[in-house]
Amino acid sequence: MTRLGVVSQLLEIGLALLLAPLLSGWINQCRAWLQNKSAPGFLQPYRLLHKLFNKESVVAEHASPLFRSAPYIVFGCMALACAIVPTLSTDLPLSPAADAIALVGLFALARVFISLAAMDIGTSFGTLGARREMLIGFLAEPALLMVLFSASLISKSTSLTTIVETLAHRDMAIYPSLAFAGVAFTMVSLAENARVPVDNPATHLELTMIHEALILEYSGRHLALLEWAASLKLFAYSCTGLALFFPWGVAEAEAPLALLVAMPMLVLKLAIGGALLAFLETLSAKMRIFRVPEFLATAFLLAVIGLLVNILVGA
Amino acid sequence: MIGAALLDAPARWGHLDWALAVVTAWLLIGVAGVFALRRLKLVARVLFPIGGACGLLLFGVALSAIGAPPEASVLPIGLPSLPFHFRLDSLSAFFLLVIGSVSAGVSAFAAGYFRKGEGTPPGLLALEYHLFLASMVLVVLADDAYAFMVMWETMALSSFFLVTANHRIVEIQRAGYIYLLVAHVGAIGILLCFGVLQANTGDYTFANMRALELSPFWASIAFLLALFGFGAKAGLLPLHVWLPEAHPAAPSPVSALMSGVMLKTALYGVLRVLFDLLHMQVWWWGVLLLAVGLATALFGVVFAAAQVDMKRLLAYSSIENIGLMFAGIGLSVLFSAYGMRPMAALALTAVLYHVASHAFFKSLLFVGTGSVLHATGERNLGKLGGLIRFMPWVAWITLLAVLASAGLPPFGGFVSEWLLLQSFLFSPGLPSSFLNMLIPVVAALIALIAALAGYTMVKFFGVIFLGQPREDKLAQAHDASGWERIGMLWLAGGCIGLGLLPVQFIAVIDPVTRILVGAGLGKTVGDGGWLLVPVSIERASYGPAIFLLGVAASFALAFLLVRFFYHGRLRRSPPWDCGYPWQNGRMQDTAEGFGQPIRQIFEPFFRMERELPSPFDTAPHYRVKVGDHFWHWLYLPVARLVKRLADLIGLLQQGRISVYLLYGFLTLVTVLMVVKQ
Repeated sequence: MTRLGVVSQLLEIGLALLLAPLLSGWINQCRAWLQNKSAPGFLQPYRLLHKLFNKESVVAEHASPLFRSAPYIVFGCMALACAIVPTLSTDLPLSPAADAIALVGLFALARVFISLAAMDIGTSFGTLGARREMLIGFLAEPALLMVLFSASLISKSTSLTTIVETLAHRDMAIYPSLAFAGVAFTMVSLAENARVPVDNPATHLELTMIHEALILEYSGRHLALLEWAASLKLFAYSCTGLALFFPWGVAEAEAPLALLVAMPMLVLKLAIGGALLAFLETLSAKMRIFRVPEFLATAFLLAVIGLLVNILVGA
Repeated sequence: MIGAALLDAPARWGHLDWALAVVTAWLLIGVAGVFALRRLKLVARVLFPIGGACGLLLFGVALSAIGAPPEASVLPIGLPSLPFHFRLDSLSAFFLLVIGSVSAGVSAFAAGYFRKGEGTPPGLLALEYHLFLASMVLVVLADDAYAFMVMWETMALSSFFLVTANHRIVEIQRAGYIYLLVAHVGAIGILLCFGVLQANTGDYTFANMRALELSPFWASIAFLLALFGFGAKAGLLPLHVWLPEAHPAAPSPVSALMSGVMLKTALYGVLRVLFDLLHMQVWWWGVLLLAVGLATALFGVVFAAAQVDMKRLLAYSSIENIGLMFAGIGLSVLFSAYGMRPMAALALTAVLYHVASHAFFKSLLFVGTGSVLHATGERNLGKLGGLIRFMPWVAWITLLAVLASAGLPPFGGFVSEWLLLQSFLFSPGLPSSFLNMLIPVVAALIALIAALAGYTMVKFFGVIFLGQPREDKLAQAHDASGWERIGMLWLAGGCIGLGLLPVQFIAVIDPVTRILVGAGLGKTVGDGGWLLVPVSIERASYGPAIFLLGVAASFALAFLLVRFFYHGRLRRSPPWDCGYPWQNGRMQDTAEGFGQPIRQIFEPFFRMERELPSPFDTAPHYRVKVGDHFWHWLYLPVARLVKRLADLIGLLQQGRISVYLLYGFLTLVTVLMVVKQ
């Protein structure tokens, strides 16, 4: 563990915590532009968080401690996820604690807790949301794992830092397996982050919502933490995507200057990625909940094909 | 003089003697139970805790026996000139470790659980229970086929009596019958397997089998017989039907032992035959094990997700876990067939790790359902709910097991899954390109199974413990008693320990993989410190303690900072639910509702009979019966065939004495004719 490693680790967590709401705001801004609406400005998520933190929390009478601790656990999981995905540097002291498989496990842990918390109050919407969230989870999780496996077969490692280092040093050739994996990854991230074809972050229509149904009973600081965690999750997913498919510009060990270059590179990449996400969301329409398994099964299949191609072609 | 010798003796006892002493102690406890047949206080509060202490002792003995040189002894019990051979090597010691540690927790729980006897006098229950424990230990220790089969049958019979403890209920009788039937069909397979392994030498000791070299053909026959025989006990795919029947029927501590420990003895048998008694591994054995294991696992988890009875759900989840373990063994066989010993050791370590962690979390889940069952009298998920408020101890401890069972970091279930997936990532090194193509599919299936296990566990915990009570009587539910808490805490400690200390535990089981496949992870893992590093740090690493610390630190920081910068104000109010005030407990998702997406997506897996109400029904009823195709495709046809044959034989039975005399006469004439010639 070098001193620079600690610095880049802290920098990365701090940057994730600060930038994550901005990314959500930026996507909303882009989407509003594309849909010819007037946007609330991309600083809106910060105002929302500030407002929610100031409000008192209203909790159902019979809520158990599980309900009250879940937002902190989910937030903790997402913060750790942002800490282990190499976004700025591959010299991260925390990264060896969790590799790609553990990253998927970390997302699953958060999902299980938020679903359990949604079931805790015992309202019909909460349990409905929990069921749908777990449904999407069990379909998306294996697909995500397969995507990560494609990358780890290329780099012969499941350690995220090694994957990024290997992929950043490869030739500028197109890896067919990574192309499949990239499409699958995009589909999975849309589903996992409650984006449009699967869920609509802007809706509160009872029968279609998933993420909103889960957090329906939350208010005040708990809701703020969950919203922040949701944007952290989007941030972590985006950074994982960038790390797997566009790893150039990430600093490596013993390179303090590269760290300075990595930051604007990251912001630039995220800005482009966010705009593309908004574009994708604008193009597609929300699908019925029972079409989602087909959508995710396609992603799963693509990822498995990617893996097969990797083994057959060796690239 | 004799007393002094006896007192002096334990100092010179080897591990095997200590293990046999524990067995003797258990048998004595069982006998004491017979003398205190109906004295519940004595049996529950004295005998079971002593039994639990013996389990702890066995745990300690096994821990020091792993890695020690094998010890053997011959006991002059059994038939004349056919004594029992016992041997304690690292593989046996590992399984003794599991039996001892889990039974300690379950016995402590049972001390608080058996309150008025489950239809059988408590003393008799104590006898059967301790006989069951003793026979499992002896199965693992047996070193000849004769002792093995005797103990195997004792295990099956004692557990049969435990399953049918409440023998006046018809379903329980039926469950017990199916259990006994499948157990014996399996036992035939094992017996035949030993017959093949001794290769006409007439010497049934394992030492002899180890020394023999079988031809590939006969080795394959032996392997298939072992897979069939032990698969019946473990619950592999076509032979799984007894599990979801027997587990709900048995009292909960017994289900805990059966699922947590007894299924593992079948795994022990497979490992013993495959890696110790047979000297070769053929690649297609591995493929077969992988295929059967994965099919079993997928089947188990899909069915678990659709269940509405909490113990049936857990039984199907056990089928899933056993399937994963067999898949891991298959991978290990595949690697060792191609001589890739370190990879075989990696896969085998994953299997052994899963054996231990499944033993802990599944026992804990079963005893948790036992507490719920005692407190509410309900096994049906549709009539539970909200118990976290009335039974916080049980709920919070069960939550740990649920997280472990869902394969989430930083708990025990995740470590084995992680190791298994790691070993899959090595398989592109296999020399056969056909096998290489299979691997992604297999890895994808494992990922799917793991994710579905999470779904199932959220359903299990959420419907039982969270939400609002679905029945009024649940408000009177009482929490677990003191002994029950002790047992549950011990098992929960196991789940957490296995989750956070993988490096230390793998160092413990290193000798086991060494004797089985000739390689171990102990060396590489030992260098990692707090990080679990199976091969090298660049390749993969996982540090559960750091992981937990990371989440906990973010938790604490978020909690403190929110209070520091903002406030901690909180107001209690009725739930909001989109402003709908007439919400009640019946409007929550039921177990059926939670399983509905699974039933829809995996529809071909199930045999469903639906009764849907018509729109004009004044008293509408919705009923769906989820069945198992195997019953209808395999078991019922076989049962019909047997019945038809029996009917044919029945034609002989006329019920008149003259006809039977005629049979006797004809037989006599035939015999005489044969003898004359």
